[in-house]
Amino acid sequence: MASLSHPAVTAEPPGHGESAIRFEDVTITFEDRPVLDGVSFNLAGGETKIILGVAGAGKTTALKLALGLLKPDSGRIYVLGQEITGIPEEQLFSLRRKMGMVFQESALFDSLTVRENVAYRLHEDHDLDEDAIEQRVREALRFVELEHTLDMFPDELSGGMRRRVAIARAIVTQPAIVLYDSPTAGLDPVTSTTIIELLVKERDAFHTSSLMVTHRLQDAWVMATHVFDASQNRMLEAPPEARGSIRVSFLVLREGSVIFDGSALELAESADPYIREFIA
Amino acid sequence: MELTSPGDFAKERVQAIQDWSVMAWRSITNLFRRPRYFGDIVQQADTIGVGSVPIIALTGVSIGGSLALNTASSLQQFGVTSMTGQLVAISMVTEIGPILTALLVAGRNGSGIASELGSMKVTEQIDAMRALGTDPFKKLVTPRVISSVVMVFFLTIISDLCGLVGGWMISRTMLGLNTNQYWTSTYQNLTFGEVVRGLVKPVVFGFVIGTVGCYYGLNTKGGTRGVGLATTQAVVTSSILILVIDFFLTRLLLVFWPT
Repeated sequence: MASLSHPAVTAEPPGHGESAIRFEDVTITFEDRPVLDGVSFNLAGGETKIILGVAGAGKTTALKLALGLLKPDSGRIYVLGQEITGIPEEQLFSLRRKMGMVFQESALFDSLTVRENVAYRLHEDHDLDEDAIEQRVREALRFVELEHTLDMFPDELSGGMRRRVAIARAIVTQPAIVLYDSPTAGLDPVTSTTIIELLVKERDAFHTSSLMVTHRLQDAWVMATHVFDASQNRMLEAPPEARGSIRVSFLVLREGSVIFDGSALELAESADPYIREFIA
Repeated sequence: MELTSPGDFAKERVQAIQDWSVMAWRSITNLFRRPRYFGDIVQQADTIGVGSVPIIALTGVSIGGSLALNTASSLQQFGVTSMTGQLVAISMVTEIGPILTALLVAGRNGSGIASELGSMKVTEQIDAMRALGTDPFKKLVTPRVISSVVMVFFLTIISDLCGLVGGWMISRTMLGLNTNQYWTSTYQNLTFGEVVRGLVKPVVFGFVIGTVGCYYGLNTKGGTRGVGLATTQAVVTSSILILVIDFFLTRLLLVFWPT
């Protein structure tokens, strides 16, 4: 796999220990049903937090709240140290440029080519000339091994390829935070592994803070136990003694509430019957 | 099917009007804020304007010809068929041209706007746009509204001219009227007020088509079925609004520019 040699329009990442995203007692209700109820957690700089839960647990809602696409009914959300709950949408656009989001169904612009999709934000920023944009787009697509799809339209790609283009679009500006909404949902096991390998590579290459939503425990486990070896250009299982240095944590949601927030080891040793059943 | 209480129904309607008003206001104010998407405005103008010219021209000629036939048969009873051009001109310029153009554009482009934005909404492309730091109101709504306003205005002029040409063709070939006589009566009897009334309406109608199409598109729910519903609602609502507004606008414009 290739790497992004020249970071594009980069956002200053939060340092280790600094908070990338913080939820404080966040509640949101849809049609009288609380989807998130008093949710609090912290995503530290450089950390990957995996949000687990069954369908309808509020995982995607948490991501959309973090991005400011939804407003909570109560509670506070901080992104890169800035409170986003009270500020108008207009002011959120500049903050969102420091974040990347991979949607569950990719959400590529279907009337644009792959090149135009990946270059979208670079064109919007007007910071680079066309040659520089082309170079960045090719690098991002090389990173996901899809450089040959530049002139194709999203409907000409397979589901896995669309997901990879969505990853390229999210990371082309090397944002400080990347949010993944079920990046492997609906994909076959081989393609899922390719996607997770990309996520591990992105994490280890750029040390980006990320929130990943999934209901597939095996994906979460791979994220927590594997590292990307740049010399071999592939993902390898980390030896048990080295796994403590992999900055991955888990958050388990149940019916809109946090029932677990901790490390992979703590999750594996949890005595909570619901969690035992979930990870069985 | 679940029944909605009258109170909830009223709340929904008021909320819808409020949301539409906010969107309509932002579509205008966005013109004065960066970034401005002139490329998108031109692209939309091409889709709405150039793409609509054939149907507008065809219906204009057809309606103009029919008007000439109908008015001539009535005028013949009084022996004043020479006034055919005048009546065709007044009817086309003040009423039929703007209404015809607006209804055709509402059907052709209002539906297109609603279905395009609706599809983007249900496939999360609107959210993706927001996530990528772009204001969908600036990128999607403002270009469509501005293009609708400008293009309905010019399409109405084309429709008026085609209607007059249609009337002339019938007057010349079937009614035996002199070409010079037709165009002279047309030109000399059209007042300034009638022309102004005929050109203010398409601006308002274009605004209605653009904003209603965008409103229903951006509020689409329920997958592909929702997209179909939004498209239908956009056409029906804008058509009704055009007809209702036309009446009150005519009344208002007559105060300022009486015949």
